[in-house]
Amino acid sequence: MEIKVLGPGCAKCTEAEKIMRGVVEETGIVATIEKISDFQLIAKHGVFSTPAVVIDGEVKCVGKVPSKKEALDWIKK
Amino acid sequence: MQTITPIKMHNPPVPPQPTPQPVASAKIKYLLIGLIGIALWFALYWQLHSLAEYLTFSLLGLKPGSHLGESVLFFFYDTPKVLMLLTLIVFAVGILRSFFTPERTRKILAGKRESVGNILAALLGIVTPFCSCSAVPLFIGFVTAGVPLGVTFSFLISAPMVNEIAVVLLYGLLGWKVAAIYMGTGLLIAIVAGWTIGRLHMENHIEDWVREMHDNAVNIPDEKLTWADRFNHGKTAVRDIVGKVWIYVVAGIAVGAGIHGFVPEGFMASIMGKDAWWSVPVSVVIGIPMYSNAAGVVPIVQALLGKGAALGTVLAFMMSVIALSLPEMVILRKVLKPRLIAVFIGVVGAGIMLMGYLFNIII
Repeated sequence: MEIKVLGPGCAKCTEAEKIMRGVVEETGIVATIEKISDFQLIAKHGVFSTPAVVIDGEVKCVGKVPSKKEALDWIKK
Repeated sequence: MQTITPIKMHNPPVPPQPTPQPVASAKIKYLLIGLIGIALWFALYWQLHSLAEYLTFSLLGLKPGSHLGESVLFFFYDTPKVLMLLTLIVFAVGILRSFFTPERTRKILAGKRESVGNILAALLGIVTPFCSCSAVPLFIGFVTAGVPLGVTFSFLISAPMVNEIAVVLLYGLLGWKVAAIYMGTGLLIAIVAGWTIGRLHMENHIEDWVREMHDNAVNIPDEKLTWADRFNHGKTAVRDIVGKVWIYVVAGIAVGAGIHGFVPEGFMASIMGKDAWWSVPVSVVIGIPMYSNAAGVVPIVQALLGKGAALGTVLAFMMSVIALSLPEMVILRKVLKPRLIAVFIGVVGAGIMLMGYLFNIII
């Protein structure tokens, strides 16, 4: 599984990354987590409000820190 | 030891539960919680002054009218007052913002003509959830969706400048008139500066890679939010914002309280008073590279005003600190060419300066 957290690096983006790392660790799923802070790359994903989470190329949420429950739902599917 | 469990012998038969109507009953439940909360809030809020007086004069035994007594009273009254106001408004705005998303705002603004678009953008800047580090992605999203450049700028100017923290702190510390003036002129500057930038037709001063991008925004269906979700939005906003700024508020009021009681009146009059005409541009120029949130600036503003600084000068300082900042320019440089950044700073700075002079003349 390929998880990308999109955001330039403010507090909320860091929190989003932390939550994703947390649920991956908890579930033991094999996944790569990448933080993308380059604006051009963020825009290429069609995201214009950050933080955003992309899993296997699919944008899961934009403009907010996902809750742990949401993150678990995405990963388990 | 023996415990006796009472046993009810005659349990009345349980009436059949009516089928729950989750939406309507949840709405009523949250409305009730909200009303009770507001009632309790007001009950406490109206007692604050007597509580502060009791604490200062009866418990601490300070003398009414003395320097120390007045300073301490000021601190004990203003701190809970401002924090309570902040909590209430941040909670309400948090719920309000759950109705708006940057995606929705973008759809509303796309294809809007200028003028109407500028006004709408400035107003939406207040209610759209916006984190300053989102400015660049948002800019790209707006421009690729066909939102005119000037309208996009109106949004980008208004969103950080006219925010609930600034307005609440101004209201709590300086009264509703100053808060209204700040909000009104903030919106006006966002509208007029955005419109002016639009008139200058500087679309080719956006970085090339942005202009070559196509609108590829992903369409995430709007979440269906329940009232419980919206309440949670409010709670999260309070935790995030009040949890972060309360220390500035307390420190600011403490400094303010000291100045209130001890620094002589008119201390700032010669430097930042009405007669020092040069103080408006100097305040703006000093304020532009500085960056602070409203919570850090307002207590300073209050202290300066209290000691004879002119309202226009002080508001100009506050606006340039909040609306224009060096870190923001560095980030915007990724999507704007230098000349457009210079024009942005120039137009907004000029607007703030004009506003400063205007208030120094009429007030």
